[in-house]
This record gives sequence, structure tokens and C-alpha cells, in this order.
Amino acid sequence: MSAKKGLSLTLKIWRQKNNKSKGQFETYKISDVSTDSSFLEMLDMLNENLVNEGQEPIAFDHDCREGICGMCSLYINGRPHGPDTGITTCQLHMRMFKDGETIHIEPWRSAAFPIIKDLVVDRSSFDRVMAAGGFISVNTSGNTLDANAILVPKEDADSAMDAAACIGCGACVATCKNGSAMLFVGAKVSQFALLPQGRVEAERRVLNMVKTMDEEGFGNCSNTGACEVECPKGITLEVIARMNREYFVANLDKG
Amino acid sequence: MSKLDSKIPAGPVADKWKNHKDHMNLVSPNNRDKIDIIVVGTGLAGGSAAATLAEQGYNVKAFCYQDSPRRAHSIAAQGGINAAKNYQGDGDSTYRLFYDTIKGGDYRSREANVYRLAEVSASIIDQCVAQGVPFGREYGGQLDNRSFGGVQVKRTFYAKGQTGQQLLLGAYSAMSRQIGKGRIKMHNRHEMLDLVIVDGKARGIIARNLVTGEIERHSAHAVVIASGGYGNVYFLSTNAMGSNVSAAWKIHKKGAYFANPCYVQIHPTCIPVHGTAQSKLTLMSESLRNSGRIWVPKNIEDAVAIREGKLKPENIAHENRDYYLERRYPAFGNLVPRDVASRAAKERCDAGYGIENNDTHEGVYLDFSTEITKKGKEAAIEQNIHNPTEQQIYDLGKSWIEEKYGNLFVMYEKITADNPYVTPMKIYPAVHYTMGGVWVDYNLQSTIPGCFVIGEANFSDHGANRLGASALMQGLADGYFVLPYTIADYLSADIRTGTISTDNAEFDTAEKEIQDKVNFFINNKGTHSVDHFHKKLGHIMWNKVGMGRTPEGLREAIQEIEEVRKDFWANVRVPGEANEMNMELEKAFRVADFLELGQLMAKDALERRESCGGHFRWDHATPEGEAERDDENFKYVAAWEYNGSDINQEVMHKEDLIYENIEVKTRSYK
Ligand SMILES: Cc1cc2nc3c(=O)[nH]c(=O)nc-3n(C[C@H](O)[C@H](O)[C@H](O)COP(=O)(O)OP(=O)(O)OC[C@H]3O[C@@H](n4cnc5c(N)ncnc54)[C@H](O)[C@@H]3O)c2cc1C
Ligand code: SF4
Ligand code: FES
Repeated sequence: MSAKKGLSLTLKIWRQKNNKSKGQFETYKISDVSTDSSFLEMLDMLNENLVNEGQEPIAFDHDCREGICGMCSLYINGRPHGPDTGITTCQLHMRMFKDGETIHIEPWRSAAFPIIKDLVVDRSSFDRVMAAGGFISVNTSGNTLDANAILVPKEDADSAMDAAACIGCGACVATCKNGSAMLFVGAKVSQFALLPQGRVEAERRVLNMVKTMDEEGFGNCSNTGACEVECPKGITLEVIARMNREYFVANLDKG
Repeated sequence: MSKLDSKIPAGPVADKWKNHKDHMNLVSPNNRDKIDIIVVGTGLAGGSAAATLAEQGYNVKAFCYQDSPRRAHSIAAQGGINAAKNYQGDGDSTYRLFYDTIKGGDYRSREANVYRLAEVSASIIDQCVAQGVPFGREYGGQLDNRSFGGVQVKRTFYAKGQTGQQLLLGAYSAMSRQIGKGRIKMHNRHEMLDLVIVDGKARGIIARNLVTGEIERHSAHAVVIASGGYGNVYFLSTNAMGSNVSAAWKIHKKGAYFANPCYVQIHPTCIPVHGTAQSKLTLMSESLRNSGRIWVPKNIEDAVAIREGKLKPENIAHENRDYYLERRYPAFGNLVPRDVASRAAKERCDAGYGIENNDTHEGVYLDFSTEITKKGKEAAIEQNIHNPTEQQIYDLGKSWIEEKYGNLFVMYEKITADNPYVTPMKIYPAVHYTMGGVWVDYNLQSTIPGCFVIGEANFSDHGANRLGASALMQGLADGYFVLPYTIADYLSADIRTGTISTDNAEFDTAEKEIQDKVNFFINNKGTHSVDHFHKKLGHIMWNKVGMGRTPEGLREAIQEIEEVRKDFWANVRVPGEANEMNMELEKAFRVADFLELGQLMAKDALERRESCGGHFRWDHATPEGEAERDDENFKYVAAWEYNGSDINQEVMHKEDLIYENIEVKTRSYK
């Protein structure tokens, strides 16, 4: 617990009653915010104040609060997940801010992520991309090979793991000026493409996932690289390159 | 007559599951699409069950309160998953995993269930690898293992520090495949608020669409509850913020018995509480105990100086550190089970040696310096560096640690602003996992016919204490390999039933009750937020139903919770409207249930006049402060039957625990 006096802040927060109504920024003041608190704990404090005043608290998505579920979002001062790098909003701590600062808080903005309320958006388009091919078609009966019968070089397993670390938060989409989901989809395609188990249906997978990604209204990738910068899990542009290669080869095969 | 028939099959323990499977009724493939199954919860347990049932051909309707199954609380598990594969050739076997789990659970779990868990564990790894879960590998391409507290073999499989995430994504992928085929109908952002029973059988649920606020009816031939644990009754815990007991509690109120509610696991390695605005506690994976040494200063002056910021832990000489776990438990050292490690930390902090600068001084060190040096020296030899400098050793050791636990170290630094490569981590126990839950028989069926309960939401496999890396194992065992068989046995009687209607009196009544409650909350213009009451409850629970319990404390807790509950129903304020997204309303429903459960936990803890696993009674301790079990009188499962809103009126039923394959011994890790 810090003995220091807490921060006083001005918050400009996007409020929007539902998907049909128009939204606008509202201004809130908050004081005595501990620098050890997380950003979401700061919002909890604000919400507690709002409830006590009989106002409606601000709706925002969150669950695990340890950077792994991908539920929290928030565009903070123009950046998804705020000013720190390599973390989600729930892992952002108030020591990153200065006393007296004004903070702008907005929801993810992208055609493929409609706003539900205030700071909450609908990311189910990601689920639909997954349902189009984000899996290995194996029965769940357990009657498969002994796990060690499939040897995987450590380097490949590690690279697959790095790609699999994506938490589906959508920061990559939110930050991209085209609203592209290539980093997200590339990560999943790469994970499976790197493993022998996933190779068998690699072509089908990439074709189906890319097709659904386009149908869901995600934009094209123009190699700006903003997604890589803002990804809390360090997913790199390499996965997009790999996906493009996979897609290219799959299309050749198809043609 | 007691309804507690555990339905454990006859015969030797090693053959029970196989024999049972051989004799269960089946639903033939062409009849399965005549049957609907509701699965509430899509974590490891619910996700794997939904995917498997859909693949077998049933119509599955799955529900979760998050926006996607991929976000279930299982995602947060870091350390690993156990399986008796004996890949390391260190003497592991089904029997040994079974033995460790029973002993780790302080002989308060059911032998037959635990044996089955150990038996199917090996298939879990095969299944997950086939699904593309990127487990850690050796250079030869084979799977790597590590070890967890309470065992002396290496049987834990892991995917960096993100094992739960990868396993859940595996189950979510399998679900996605079935969703794509239309075999699973997924209801995201839906919360189950009640169970509907028709003619004595579970036939559906009432759910609230969390986006539109609509109260919906869903019917099925059977209902599976996979809603996770109830640790958030303490407000602060390592659980996800939305984790709750509602689904389990609602079925309890409809007739399902709730077993051993007082068994709560307090995890030894969490980041200590920093202040009053804190919303949750973050776990540092137990796997860190493989490489870290736990200590507090030996001299109380040093502890004081550290708290005042006048002394740094790195500057305390080794001989002035009290490595209390190594001192007290030489055989297991830092790898003693969680309940033992947690109590030992509390003992040192209560004695004044805690190092954290907070109100309670609750904190001890988890130090990696010895390991950094040791691994650094090993790496130097491996790389043919003769006479390495201290810096070289440190650098090599550091990269070893980084490779193994890098993401955890980053996470720690983000939260605390301390660099754990340089200064030891500060840790303290926190509420983590609940071993109690809905009572189920060997078939994972509750006392309500047609209502099954799997994963952390049931009580069956972990006894009074859960060993590390075994919750993930249980969730997946239940979901992939146990429930799909046992539920078929039940459903085989239902192939001619046809679709279950939602147009009947039972659905009407259940829906009306929920609607009335929604109206109550929205219209009760009270004075305090939901969190206000939740925090009050949490405070009572942590202080009086926490790591050390006394009869007086428990009696007080029962009384105090009752008062908070009355206050809640009179004075809670829920702003906003019913027919829209309303997160305060969601919380209100959950906290209402926690208030009842909390009271039952205290009542159960009071009745259990012994110490076992995560349940520690100060009036039942040895002179050295170790837990004192009473097998003569308490070798049973306490299964509570709801008996009206006065929780004090709940009736306890006992299921005796019979050990035929394991000699019940005093648990010692000395
Ligand atoms: C930080 C952390 C680390 C851990 N590390 C490990 C580890 O290394 N190894 C290990 O074995 N175990 C570990 N555990 C424990 C383990 O993760 C959990 O016990 C396990 O994942 C529980 O799985 P589950 O499927 O039963 O429930 P959960 O994953 O909690 O899933 C619950 C599901 O139920 C849904 N739900 C709940 N209520 C409702 C409702 N009313 N209506 C609709 N849906 C509802 C939720 O949306 C969710 O989908 C860890 C736990 C934590 C918190
Ligand atoms: S790629 Fe990164 S930013 Fe995009 S969804 Fe995954 S974790 Fe989030
Ligand atoms: S709340 Fe789970 S990642 Fe932030």
C-alpha cells in the first residue's frame, strides 16, 4: 500500500445506451486513485461513486483481470489497452498516469465489432471465424495415438505456442485503420500450420477462415504493422506472412 | 430414506470403470438427434462435454455469461495438467496418481472416482495433442514434464505458463467445429438463473439474455451444470470476476445436495493485497515453487526494517533468512501441498515476520537467486565456459528462468513494479479453488434426476484439498471421457419422449419467480451498491471462515452473514433498467446467492470438528500446529439439503467414505 496521496483525474468516457442510440463523451472527475490500482479498479471506484449518486455505472467488459481472458478492451488516450505495451487493460496500472491528467476512454471501434453499450462491443465475429476452420478435425473420443507418437521439434512447438498465445481481444482490429483481423486469424492459422497434426487440413482451414473473415466485414491488411505494436501478447507480423503463404499455396492447389 | 446412493460399481477398483462402461445403457447413433442437452458453462468441463456430446450426435445448447466460450475462467490456469503417463520413467502409474490425489485430499474423497480420474488422465494428453495443444517439448520432440506440490514424480504437462489457456482453446476449437456444423447452439452472454423440473426430472432452465435483458425458457432432456467454483464468495480471490455459484446454488435450492462447502483451497503463492480498492488477487503459478525458495527474515528487526523500506531483501545474508518450509518439511521443502504451505506462511506472518508493507503485514518472499546461480553454473558447463564470471553465471541463469517462467515474471513486474530477477517476489496465500460443490454420484448425477454436474462445480474428486494441476485434469476427464458415457445411460430412457415443451406450469412458475426478482432489484431504491454487501461478506468469510477457523468465529460468522443478508435485501441499490445490459443487476443475482452459500460454508465448517486439508480448525491442531484429522468421526462427505430460506435449517446427510485400496494414514510431509 502506498503512503503517497492518490491521483486526481478527469475522465472523458464514451456513453452509449445501446446499439441503436447515439453516443457521446461524458466527463467525470475522480480523486484519490492509488497508483497501485489497475485501470479497471479505477473504473470500479468511479462506478461505485456513480451508483452511490444514483447514476448508472459505466458498462465495460472484463473477467479474469489477469491479462489472459481477452475480455477487457478499452481505447485509452487513443490506444487500445492504453499507453503501456505488451499488456491488456486489466494489467494497466495507474502508476502509468500523472496527477491531474485527463484520460479519454472509448470502446473498440470497428465495423465488425458493433457497440452493445458504453464501452462494451460485440466480438462474436471472431467466434464465427473460428467456427469456419479454427480447429483440427479430430474426434474427442480419446482413442487417438499416444501423445509421444507424434514428435514435434521443440522449435516448432515453441513457435506454435507463441502464435497460440493470442487471447482474441481484438486490439489488433481496433487499432488497424482498415479494421483488419489478419493478426488474429494469422495467429490461429500459424499455430496449426506449424504442427504436424494441423498440416493435414491446413489448406482447407486457411481458405475457410479467410473467406469468413472477409464476410464478417473485416478490412484488408495494408502492412502498416499497427496491430503488432498494440498486441498485448506479442503476436508478430510473421503470422500474417505465414497465413499469406498458406493462403497462396492453398489457392494454387485449388485452382 | 436418504437419497445418497453413490452408485459406485462393485468389483476391484481398477476394473470398476471398465465394467461399468460395459454394462451401461447406450443411445444408438440414430436416436441421439432426438435428444437435447443443455450445458451451462463452457470452461474446460462444459466445453469438452459440449463438444463431445455434439460430436456423438446429441443436440447441445450451451450457455456462458461471457461473450465467448474462449473466455471461461479455465483460461487463467497457468501451471499445468497432471497425467499418469510415466514418460519420465520415474515410477509414475495410475495407482500412484490415485494414491497422491487421495492423500493430498486428506482422505476425504471417493476412492472410485479418483481412481477413474487417474485412469483416464493419460487419454487427456493424447486427445489434447491430437487437437493441436502446443505442450512444452524436449529437444527430441517428446513431451516435457515438471512437478507440482505434494508429489515426488514429474507428471505435469504444461504449455509455457498458459496451460489452462491452451487446453481451453483446444476445447473451444472442438466446440467451434461443432458450432460450425450446427450441432452446438451457443448462447453467449446468457446467464442461467434457474432450473426447471418437470415430473421430478431436470427438463430445462430459465436464462437471462445479458444483452437484451430478456428472460428466456430453454428445455432439454437433461441439464449439465459446469459453472465452475464459488471462491468469489470471499470477494477477493484468484477467480475471474464473474465466477459465481448461482447455477450450482439454484439447483441446490431445487433439491440437489451441496457437499463439503467448507473445503476451500487457499493458494500459497499470490501477490499480496495492496489496498482497499483492490478487486482481485493474482496468482503466481505454483510451478514457480520448483525453482523458488520461500523465506522470511530470521530476525524480527530485519522484518520491521524491510516493511519500513529501510532494508532490501537481497541484502539479507543467507544465514539470516528463515527458509521455513525447508526447515519444517525437509522431505518436500518448498513443494509441500498448498494447504501446508499456506498455513506455514500465515504462521510466520502472524508471528510478526511478514514482509509486506500493508495493514496486516501479510507477505513472504519467493526467491529465485539460488536457482539463477545453480542454472547459470550448469549452463556455463554445458556451453564450455570455464571459470565463468559472476555476471556470466547470472546472465545464463536468468535466461534459463526467462525461458521457463518469463511471462509470469513480466506479469509480476507489471502489477508490483518490482523486478523479480533482482529482488524476490512477494507472495501471500489467497482463496483459489473450492473443493466443495454439488454432490454427485459416480455417474456425476446430482440428487435431481437428469441434472448432472461436472468440473469444479461438483465435489467429487479432490477431497479436502486439491493438489496442483489436478483441476484441469478433472474438468477434462469429466467432460471428454466420463459424462458422455454416464449421461447416455440416463438418456437411454428418453428416446421416445420427444421435444420437451416450454409451455407448461413449471416453466411459468420458474420464469415468474425470476421476473419478480428482477423487478424487485430494479425497484428497490436502496442505499448501497451490490459490491458494498459483497465486500462485507468477503471480509467476514476471510477472517472467520478462512485459513484458520474457531467455533466461536464460525458462530459469529453465521450470525453476521445473516445480518448482511437482511441488510442486502432491504437496502441494495441497482441502477439502470431490466430490459437492457445491466451489470449491476447481474452482480445482484450473484451476490444474493453468495450470501446464502457463505452462511452454509460457515455452518459446515462448524459441524466438521476436525482439521483436514483446506479446512483448518485451531481447536483441532497438534502442538506443532499441524492439522489434526478425526477419521473416527468425520470420514464422511457432508451433503446438505436445502430446507427453506433459513440456511440454519439445512439438513446434513452423510456419505461414509470407505477406503479399500489405500491405507488411511496421517498426512505427513516432514
Ligand atoms: C489463476 C488460476 C490458476 C490455476 N491454475 C491451475 C493449474 O495450473 N492447474 C490446474 O489443474 N488447475 C488450475 N486452476 C484451477 C482450474 O483452472 C479450475 O478449477 C478449472 O479451470 C475450472 O474449470 P470448470 O470448467 O469447472 O469451470 P470454469 O472454467 O470456471 O467455467 C465456468 C463456466 O461456467 C459459466 N457460467 C457460470 N455460471 C453460469 C451461469 N449461471 N449461467 C451461464 N454460464 C455460467 C462461465 O461462463 C464459464 O463458461 C487455476 C485456477 C486459477 C484461478
Ligand atoms: S492478435 Fe493480439 S491483439 Fe489481436 S486478438 Fe490476438 S492477442 Fe489481441
Ligand atoms: S479482464 Fe481478462 S484479459 Fe483483461
